[in-house]
Order: sequence, then structure tokens, then C-alpha cells
Amino acid sequence: MLDSSFLLFMAFALVLVGAGVGVITARSPVHSALFLVLAFFTGSALWMMLEAEFLAIVLVLVYVGAVMVLFLFVVMMLNIDNERLRQGFWKHLPLGGGVALLMVLEMWLVVSSRQFSSMVPDPRGSISNTKELGRLLYTDYVFSFELAAVILLVAIVAAIALTLRRRKDSKHMDPALQVQVKAADRMRIVSMPAEREL
Amino acid sequence: MADLKSFVKNWTLSELLKGMSITGRHFFAPKITVQYPEEKTPMSPRFRGLHALRRYPNGEERCIACKLCEAVCPAMAITIESEQREDGSRRTTRYDIDLTKCIFCGFCEESCPVDSIVETRIFEYHGEQRGDLLMTKEKLLAVGDRYEAQIAADRAEDAPYR
Amino acid sequence: MMDTLQAFFGPLWPLVWTLIKILAIVVPMMGAVAYLTLAERKVIGFMQIRIGPNRVGPFGLLQPIADGIKLLMKEIIIPSGSNKFLFVLAPVLAIMPALAAWAVVPFTPDLVLANVDAGLLYILAITSMGVYGVVLAGWASNSKYAFLGALRSAAQIVSYEIAMGFALVTVLMMSHSLNLVDIVKAQQGSLGLLQWNWIPLFPMFVIYVIAGTAETNRAPFDVAEGESEIVAGFHVEYSGMAFAIFFLAEYANMILIAALASLMFMGGWLSPVSFLPDGILWLFAKMSFILFLFLWFRATFPRYRYDQIMRLGWKVFIPVTLIWLVIVGLLLQEPLRGLPVLNLWFH
Repeated sequence: MLDSSFLLFMAFALVLVGAGVGVITARSPVHSALFLVLAFFTGSALWMMLEAEFLAIVLVLVYVGAVMVLFLFVVMMLNIDNERLRQGFWKHLPLGGGVALLMVLEMWLVVSSRQFSSMVPDPRGSISNTKELGRLLYTDYVFSFELAAVILLVAIVAAIALTLRRRKDSKHMDPALQVQVKAADRMRIVSMPAEREL
Repeated sequence: MADLKSFVKNWTLSELLKGMSITGRHFFAPKITVQYPEEKTPMSPRFRGLHALRRYPNGEERCIACKLCEAVCPAMAITIESEQREDGSRRTTRYDIDLTKCIFCGFCEESCPVDSIVETRIFEYHGEQRGDLLMTKEKLLAVGDRYEAQIAADRAEDAPYR
Repeated sequence: MMDTLQAFFGPLWPLVWTLIKILAIVVPMMGAVAYLTLAERKVIGFMQIRIGPNRVGPFGLLQPIADGIKLLMKEIIIPSGSNKFLFVLAPVLAIMPALAAWAVVPFTPDLVLANVDAGLLYILAITSMGVYGVVLAGWASNSKYAFLGALRSAAQIVSYEIAMGFALVTVLMMSHSLNLVDIVKAQQGSLGLLQWNWIPLFPMFVIYVIAGTAETNRAPFDVAEGESEIVAGFHVEYSGMAFAIFFLAEYANMILIAALASLMFMGGWLSPVSFLPDGILWLFAKMSFILFLFLWFRATFPRYRYDQIMRLGWKVFIPVTLIWLVIVGLLLQEPLRGLPVLNLWFH
């Protein structure tokens, strides 16, 4: 049982759990975000061990490379009052703990059911699983895939519509118009004859 | 039409390419760098470098302590004290130029009635201690003695324009 | 020789052998980075009708070594208000992706550290982590200039990554593969350089090079450093070797982008004409060309204004890449890809 892949799995799993705990216990929100990055990264390493390299890499690409950068971007600019956030910790602990336990139970039920295990195809093939995923997504699951895309698009439009506020007093400049400007638009050359001496 | 023209101009990146062609041409242009310690640019006889006090050919110092240079100096870098010498002529006992104040405007040279204080072509000097840049009368005279030939030649060359 | 070493290390041999291969890539890379800094100073000097560094060694060839020694000797100052752990971690995070990405870059069909199937995705994922070095450096320094640089860089890199990703998607559509060796092999043909991807994907090639300039925070997209606006941006508080690491990372990233552009659009190690043999020298020549372009850009263009950078990324590059994606998709369909000229590239 103590082969190298098991050891690697244990190491990654420990780091993953540690990072997860770090996310909720770190004092600074920036540290929390960085722990989350670590968690995503180790998670992707675990997927890599399952030979799901496409998912693993996409997890890093999308979550670590883009989503968490924007998270950090926002979190760095916030001035969060940690003490106030911590006030309700003990009051809400029973409810939160209960939900967490429920989720663990549900996950265990799902994973241990025979339905789940039969859905997992044998990963140990030589075929590229990027290609296989693509084939599945664009044939069998094309409608659900398109549906997800449309939902995301609606979400983007909605988010922009909700947050877009044009300030009346901002001196907004449009670079597209600025680059079109010619010298003649900004300057008038007037021909003035020299005045006669009186 | 104008829109079409700007559209083509924008999407062919023509302005960027024009800029790059200029820098690209310069890449092959002969280089104009003067490699300083080995190569030097030509220098005008009017160059205003380190100061010097001159003497007449018979060895008498020119300065008569009129203090015109001290008065004209905009940076107030010149300090002069004077006394009557045994032979009755007026001479300086102290003639200091503080080079850390001097702005090398050349007014002292212009104002001097006897062409005593001059600015030479020397510009590669340095001081290792603070006092080194305070030019005393002795130091100024020493500079003048050492470079008299060059100084006299420069004055002679510039004389028709003065 | 090899056998005795293998016997000496025993079961550890694969690990040692991999380490040796890594060193064989990283050490010449660092040399290339050092001499790229010299090349940059020389090229920009030449474009400004100067001659650039020429004092240390013949033609200034020892200048990078002198610079390196100087930076090694200098003290690394850690600001008292900074977050010390992250402050030290940031340069590491900056250079790690720049080096790790080389694992899958093929120099010739056989000369590649790890010939993985999803090589292109791996590179995208790894390079997308480079932004953390910049962001953390800016935040951990506890300085407003550094922080501004970090914010600018974060937004800029995330924006241009999308355009860059789309440009690469068109490449993988052309070659039907994410494997970098296969991507180059798909560009092989009797017509040499006319069959490389840069002709059918010319707009993507241009966008990739420009987005690459933005990704590496190079002029004219160097708002994250912006020495005339925010002092030195994210690395304003760094000194000595910690500062040098950011420098190394920037130049290593430049070389990486150049290598990728050569592989994906310019046929990698393929010879431009059929009567010359393929070889690694072609790859180096193409990389040098792209790197020269980067230096040329820096010598030519003034810095973009920040809102113009965002407009270029989101409103110009992403729509253009999307349109070209659709065009490439159409051209790959059955009736079109068999047409006389189109079948040179689309197969």
C-alpha cells in the first residue's frame, strides 16, 4: 500500500486540507485568498494523479490564473474589519457545522453509491482525454453545454447591468474617438495680415 | 471615405509600422556617440572652464584688486581682500573663488579690465576633499602659469569679436 | 560513463537524470536571459544612434556578468511595514512559471523534457500564474506605488490572457492537437515557410505577439512598472538579487513567448525552404527574430495610457480573435478545406 503514488496522494491531500483550513482561519483576507490558490493547485495535482489532465490544467488556468487574480484584486483593495467579522463566529457555529456535516454525509452517500462508480470510465487509456471530453461535450451534452453558456452570458449581462453606473460628472474619454483626431479638429490656422503702421 | 481611410490605416497598423521603420532605419545609421575619455568634441576658445589668474610677461600679476568681478559675480563666489604693496601698487592679499558656488557664467572674465581672471578650457578637474574646490589666489595663479600659452592663444583668437 | 552513473545512483537514477535535463535547459536559458539584457541595451542604443554598453569586455560582452555581480553584492532591503513572507515569496512566484513552462517546449521533435499531450494547455496554465509574483510583490511591499503597479498588472494580464488564449485556440484548431510537437509537425509541407501558420493565422500571429508584449509587461504595455508614473511599480521596494529575480523572470518570459510564437506560427525547427535541413538553429533564429521585435517595440513606442490598454485588450483583440476563430472554423469544413490554395494549410 505504501507505494509512491499513495504517498504523493497523502501529501497532496494533507496540503489540500491544510490549505482549506487556512482559508477560513487566516487573519488577513489576502492570506485566505492565497490559501485558496494553494488549495486549487493541490486539487489540480490530485486530478492530475487521476489522469484527468485536462480538468486539472483547466482548474489551474481558470481558477488560479484568472478567478483568484480578480479575487485578490478586489480583496487587496478592501479594508475589511476582521474583528467585526469574527463577532458572530460562536453564535453561527452550530448552524454552519450542521450544514458542513450534512454536506460531508451527502458527499459520502454519492461517492459510495454504485451509480457513481459505474459512471467513471477507465482512465487508463492512451487516448487524449482532452479530445474525448471535447467529443462528449459537443455531441452528447451539446444542449446542456450551450445552455450553460447562455446562462453564463445572461449572468454577465445582468451583472454589468446591475453595476453599471455612469457618473454625470466624470470626464470620460473615448480612446476610439481620440485616436481619430486630426490637427485640423483641434487647431484653426488663421491668416492675419500684418498691421499697417500708423 | 474618410472613415474608410482611417479604418484601413488603423487595421494595417500603418502608423505603428511607420514609427518602427524610423527606428529601424536608425538602427543601421552611423553612430554619433563620442567615446569620451578617448575621443573629445572640439572646443570653442570661449569655453568657460576652470578659472585662472594671469600674469604679465614680466612676471607681475595682472590683478589690481578693483573688485569688479566680485561685484558682478551672480553667485557671489568670489571673495577679494586687498592691501597696498611696498611699491605703492594695490594688490590682492586674498582672491578666493568657491567653485561649488560658481555657475561658470563668465561675467568675472568679461568684467576684468586687465584680463587677469579668465576661464580656461580645463573641465576635467576634481576635488578629493571639500577644500579642494575652493580656489585660492595661489592655486589660481598656478593654473594661470601652467596654461598661459593656451590662455593667451585663446584670447588672441577671440580678440576680433570683443 | 552513463552506465556507471546509472549504477551509482541506482533507483534514484530517473530523478537524477530528469534533474540533469532540467539543468540543461535552465542554465543555457539563464545565460540567454543575461545576454538578452545586453542585446536589449545594444539594440535600443543602436536605434537611438548610440552604441550601447562597450566598456566591460570586448563590445561590452561581459556587461551582463558585471551587472549580475553588482546585484549579487547588493543588500536586499525588506521594508519594515511589509509582509515579510510574501515579500520574499513574490520573486519566487514570478520566476517559477517562467522556468516551469519550458518543461514542455520542444526544441526538436526529440529534444523535449516532457512531451505531454496537453502541452499547450499546460503552458497557458503555468504562464497564467506569473501574475501572482507581480500582484504579491505589489501588495506585500506596503507601498502605494508598488500597489498601483500590482493592480494595473493584474487587470492587464488577465485581460490579455483571454486574447492570447483565443489566438492559441485557432492554432490548435489548425493542428487538431494540443501537443506542441504535433503543432509544429502540422505545419510541415513542401512549400516551407509558406505553409506555416503565420499566413492563414496572420491576424492571430500579430495579436499573439502584441498580447505577449503585454503579458510580459514590456513597453509599450509596461504600465505595471511605469517608471515615469509610479516610480518602478510593483518592484519599487525590491533591491539586489530580489530585484534581479523579477528582471530574470521578465526576460525569461520574453524568451518563452518568443519560443511559443516560433513554434505555433513560424514552424518551430522547420526549415523555411525545402532544400535546407530542419534543425534547432531555425528555432533559435525565429526566437531571435521575435525577441528583436520586442526590443524594437520598446525602442519605438511610447507607453500606452491605461484605459487604452484595456480598450485594446477587450474591445479590439478579443472580438478580432473571436471573428478569426469562426473564420478558421469555417475554412476547416469539408467543401472549403479542399479548395486549391486553402488545402495548403487547412487539413
